[in-house]
Amino acid sequence: MTLLRHLGAAIVLAVILGLLSVALNAFRDYQMAQVALYVVAIGGLTVLVGLSGQISIGNGAFMAVGAYTAALLLMHLAWPLAAVLAASAAIAALAGLAVGVAAARLRGPYLAGVTLVLAVALPSLATRFTGVFGGDQGLAVNISTPPAFLGSNFPLTRWQAWISCAAALITLVLLANLGRSRIGRSWRAVRDHEAAAALAGLNVAALRILAFVVSAACAGLAGALLGITTTLVSPGSFTVTLSIALLTGAVLGGLGTLAGAVWGSLIIVLVPTYVTDVATSHGLSSAVAANIPIAAYGVVLIAVILLFPDGIQGAVRRLLGPAVPAGRRKESGSVTTQRRHAPATEHSEEGAP
Amino acid sequence: MQEFLEFTLGGISFGMIYAAIGLSLVLIWRGTRILNYAQGAMAMFTTYIALIIINHTGNYWAGFVVALAAGLVLGAVCERVVRPAEGKPPLNAVIVTIGLLILLEGLAGMIYGGQFRSFPTAFSITGLHIGGTALGIAWNDVFVAGAVLAAALALAALFRYTRVGLRMRATAFSSGVASLLGVRVGRMLTLGWALAGLIGALAGVLVTPSTFLYPNSMDSIFVLGFTAAVIGGLDSPVGAVVGGLILGILLNYVSGYLGSDLVPIFGLAALVVVLMLRPSGLFGAAATRQV
Repeated sequence: MTLLRHLGAAIVLAVILGLLSVALNAFRDYQMAQVALYVVAIGGLTVLVGLSGQISIGNGAFMAVGAYTAALLLMHLAWPLAAVLAASAAIAALAGLAVGVAAARLRGPYLAGVTLVLAVALPSLATRFTGVFGGDQGLAVNISTPPAFLGSNFPLTRWQAWISCAAALITLVLLANLGRSRIGRSWRAVRDHEAAAALAGLNVAALRILAFVVSAACAGLAGALLGITTTLVSPGSFTVTLSIALLTGAVLGGLGTLAGAVWGSLIIVLVPTYVTDVATSHGLSSAVAANIPIAAYGVVLIAVILLFPDGIQGAVRRLLGPAVPAGRRKESGSVTTQRRHAPATEHSEEGAP
Repeated sequence: MQEFLEFTLGGISFGMIYAAIGLSLVLIWRGTRILNYAQGAMAMFTTYIALIIINHTGNYWAGFVVALAAGLVLGAVCERVVRPAEGKPPLNAVIVTIGLLILLEGLAGMIYGGQFRSFPTAFSITGLHIGGTALGIAWNDVFVAGAVLAAALALAALFRYTRVGLRMRATAFSSGVASLLGVRVGRMLTLGWALAGLIGALAGVLVTPSTFLYPNSMDSIFVLGFTAAVIGGLDSPVGAVVGGLILGILLNYVSGYLGSDLVPIFGLAALVVVLMLRPSGLFGAAATRQV
């Protein structure tokens, strides 16, 4: 039943997004593709952070893996698009497996440290092996033109938006079902009480690694989509800033909820563009106009998280109140994440001299 | 052999900078269980202030002192911004510090522009020799290492021998117990952030002559300082210094013998190896698990 409901919602959304993409101009279509690919990446991250209770400031590195996989496959083997996207997700999942195994023993800030350094180190390989990865210039992504049956005048940006939105909807359906499955429940158990979960017979290490694999696969798919929408893959697209933006989007939107992933993606794509528009239309000097969006984005982050501690989705739920079935409300971040904080506090009291 | 000596001494100088950033992170972590991602941006901002003072007065030390004072103030201000997020889910405070990082970098770009600026050194940068052997370091590198060491010792003395230090340790141990005993916990936390801001500002002024100054100039230094703190164990100030030195020397060997583009990968490798052996860092307390 749940599967049917999720599928139905996805089909309705697909129709709405399709109509929207026709109504919007080329730049808005581009933004739509951007939002959709961030939904894929943040959806995967919110599963990792919100459901399994691990942190990653390195998912931009998995996006890089996916993007370079896609670029290389399109360039050398000219695979069909769907196969390229699947392969990108699969290769990134392998990278996620490696990181997950290394990270399974690490907690909190130590895991944050490893993933942060991963986000710095992995893209630097592209400049080390210039012959394969094209160095700082990166690789061009040979994206296929829209299929012939759509007509010869079909805009490329709309086609890119369709690809990204389709991928996002499929990812959301899969993640929503995964979250409701036995695996999703086991992740919540591990997140809320590791020892109790282990006593109940759950394989804690395997579950934590699996969460990393899922989130890396999503990031890899998102990276491939990023390469396709920007038709370029270069180390400059996969900086630490990207990884931090993903985590920020997941937390701002509301951890552990897929609707939150959508909110977060809308914020990190639309807020900077919107502020730039306002700044340039007021004729501010170029140094100020170029940096106001950055400063304003920082202010938005601080304001949103201080005003809505459970993220935007948490605020929406409180607003809707009783309209939301009680069973769902339990997922909301605050209670569970607070409990996750508890071991850290214990640790501090015993650890400090 | 001479190369080895040069790389080692140069690595110590860089390592002390990572150690300073690591120390500032440890100070805040111990007090508030928050990782301050804005630490690098705060140091960048105070270094801009130092540069303006130096250009106005022509006196390096005037800029140096003002930067440290600005670090104190900025640290205290940032603590006040982060405080409402304390007691909320732990990632909320992380997001606030990330917001501060982005805000400070944006402000720096708005006020000072994005161009690269050079920053003066305190002492000569001509290489030192003993007999006929070049050491690969200059008086300025000695100053860098000495200044961080002095700051670390001063902090240790503050915590060990003063009443304020005792109160801060009590707060870090258990804020509830400390406030029952009459410690003004809020003030201690603000003071901890202020001291961290000061140490960060010191690192900024010391490292910037070798990196240039621009709104993102401290990003990579911050990542290395964070790595140093994690290698050492986030609860341990000694660990931050040791971690910084290990990282500085190792990465200087890598960049000298193998090429600078491999530095990030070896940084990752060092971090992973250390945490595989000790998941809470070299000097961190063994993780206790709630059952």
